[in-house]
Amino acid sequence: MTTLASVFEKARAENRAALVGYLPAGFPTKEGAIAAATAMVEAGCDVIEIGLPYSDPLMDGPTIQDAVHRSLLNGTRIADVMHTVEGVAKTGAATLVMTYWNPVYIYGAERFARDLASAGGVGTITPDLIPEEAGPWCAASAAAGIDTVFLVAPSSPDERIASVVECCTGFLYAASLMGITGARESVGSAAEGLVKRSRAHTSIPVCVGLGVGTGAQAAEVAAYADGVIVGSAFIRRLLDAPDEATGLAAVRELATELAAGVRSR
Amino acid sequence: MLTAADLAGNAGAGDDPDPFGRFGEFGGRFVPEALVPALDEVAAQYAKAKSDPEFLREFDHLLRTYAGRPTILTEVPRFAKEAGGARIILKREDLTHTGAHKINNVLGQALLTKRMGKTRVIAETGAGQHGVATATACALLGLDCVIYMGEVDCERQALNVARMKLLGAEVVPVANGSRTLKDAINEAFRDWVTNVDHTYYLFGTAAGPHPFPEIVRDFARIIGVEARRQVLELVGRLPDAVTACVGGGSNAIGIFHAFVGDKDVALYGFEAGGHGLESGEHALTLTAGTIGVLHGSRTFVLQDDEGQTIESHSISAGLDYPGVGPEHAWLKETGRATYRGVTDAEAMEAFALLARTEGIIPAIESSHALAGTIKLGRELGPEAVILVNLSGRGDKDMGTAMKYFNL
Ligand SMILES: Cc1ncc(COP(=O)(O)O)c(C=O)c1O
Repeated sequence: MTTLASVFEKARAENRAALVGYLPAGFPTKEGAIAAATAMVEAGCDVIEIGLPYSDPLMDGPTIQDAVHRSLLNGTRIADVMHTVEGVAKTGAATLVMTYWNPVYIYGAERFARDLASAGGVGTITPDLIPEEAGPWCAASAAAGIDTVFLVAPSSPDERIASVVECCTGFLYAASLMGITGARESVGSAAEGLVKRSRAHTSIPVCVGLGVGTGAQAAEVAAYADGVIVGSAFIRRLLDAPDEATGLAAVRELATELAAGVRSR
Repeated sequence: MLTAADLAGNAGAGDDPDPFGRFGEFGGRFVPEALVPALDEVAAQYAKAKSDPEFLREFDHLLRTYAGRPTILTEVPRFAKEAGGARIILKREDLTHTGAHKINNVLGQALLTKRMGKTRVIAETGAGQHGVATATACALLGLDCVIYMGEVDCERQALNVARMKLLGAEVVPVANGSRTLKDAINEAFRDWVTNVDHTYYLFGTAAGPHPFPEIVRDFARIIGVEARRQVLELVGRLPDAVTACVGGGSNAIGIFHAFVGDKDVALYGFEAGGHGLESGEHALTLTAGTIGVLHGSRTFVLQDDEGQTIESHSISAGLDYPGVGPEHAWLKETGRATYRGVTDAEAMEAFALLARTEGIIPAIESSHALAGTIKLGRELGPEAVILVNLSGRGDKDMGTAMKYFNL
């Protein structure tokens, strides 16, 4: 199992940023998600976030909403998410689950953390869990030996950043802009400042996500962040493809472009 | 003049949430970190405003000279014959400007918006009453206004869509998910996290992340404060029961709250039973839901065994919501309030009955409270005094009624 710590250590040694790719479980199909994530890893993703499809994804833009909706229509369950993690972890990428809090809460925090660890997962990203509510999840994750990644945003004052990094292990997720997921024309201008402010409070790696979708943008972010997170752009390739083989090829191509981006510091 | 105690109740009475916005185990904040500073700012502004005489004066002035407060009580003896002869007294929120209790909360929050220096207001709406009230307040105070409304609701409350547009608001139909209130709230949150620097999210019910449940309750609290005084004057004693319909819970908590300390006054909330519990098509969140997190708050939720929200159903757009405010979850858990379901058919029967017996056409939402009260009256008997929150008027529902009754 590849840990987040080893991923960032390796990236640092190679003087580059790590590449983090996101894909929801069960999209485009149960096995198709594993195949797509595998292609992403083969083409240069160091970390894969497997999204746990949720009925009310209020941090997500139209692209991820669409993919998640299809996944739920495919009947994706938490067991499928764990199965996906297992498949992806075998590729050697550090594999996380990105999930809204309610499915974990209902599944049971301890049980979720344990099952994720057994599947080879190394942690979670929880976009609607803030430090005030994160206590039980941090305890369950620590007990199971998995990392907990939380978010900060350009709106976060220094006191909030300080309290968020308190519960963060693995890395800190810095949202590049105020908004929801989705590829954008440009990466938010606030991202660099946020990363700088975050570093004043923590020595754990800081990754930047939201709005990144091209090699050039990845390079721009890699100049100041430890990792570059890309989600919607991968999903867009799969949504636009006429069939799965074309989609996989497009995903591989994008990952290759992004992998070059994070290496052009 | 509205006092600080009228607005916020008795501080320290044990019914305010803790600093994290928790009522017992319910409430809290389950939101993107990006929104926390905005929620903190709203909470801080409200904390200052609620004891600021200038704010109280402004709010009081708008309630009296614009919203039409105090609203009257109407006793309905012909209707009450169906309810075992109990004395039934309606609190007439339907007579407020814009026609529902929503205006109280909206005026309060619109004043907060002004104080915070925000220029744009967004809101979700189900029945359209909160949207109309918000569009109205924005017109009055010169604020830009965008209303999110599920496509299904736009259709069944078309009159209110037209009203909002006339009032200068932009109405954005929401086409995802169940295309009702739940999805309108998701979309409003997405807008807010994108535009939070100049935008205020004027939340429409006593649910959502802290501090909304407390703020919305306090701005709706005037309903119960007035009604308690008025019933004492009219009947010479407190009512045996206070009833209201429960969607997200604002009109119910608005009338309940002033009575929470009156241990002999029973509190009944009526949820939308849709086609009935067994049909699976209902909005019986407190009656049949389980504890989970939805829209930023830990509360009762209609959800499956893995925490996916189950779509609700109700003939009434304003009650068609799979979540509920955390204070109601707490009042249920502590046993202080009782929650029951009322089906579409029962609500529509009560809707027609009030029209025929008393010449008042209620909102279909409020008709759930009326239908529940009919049953309750039969249980409590002719000596009972029941105060009902008639949360809104039925003009907006005439399309639904025409179809339902073949008018
Ligand atoms: C007249 C009326 N009553 C009740 C409701 C339900 O909301 P709440 O439970 O917040 O009072 C609505 C919502 O739109 C409404 O318009």
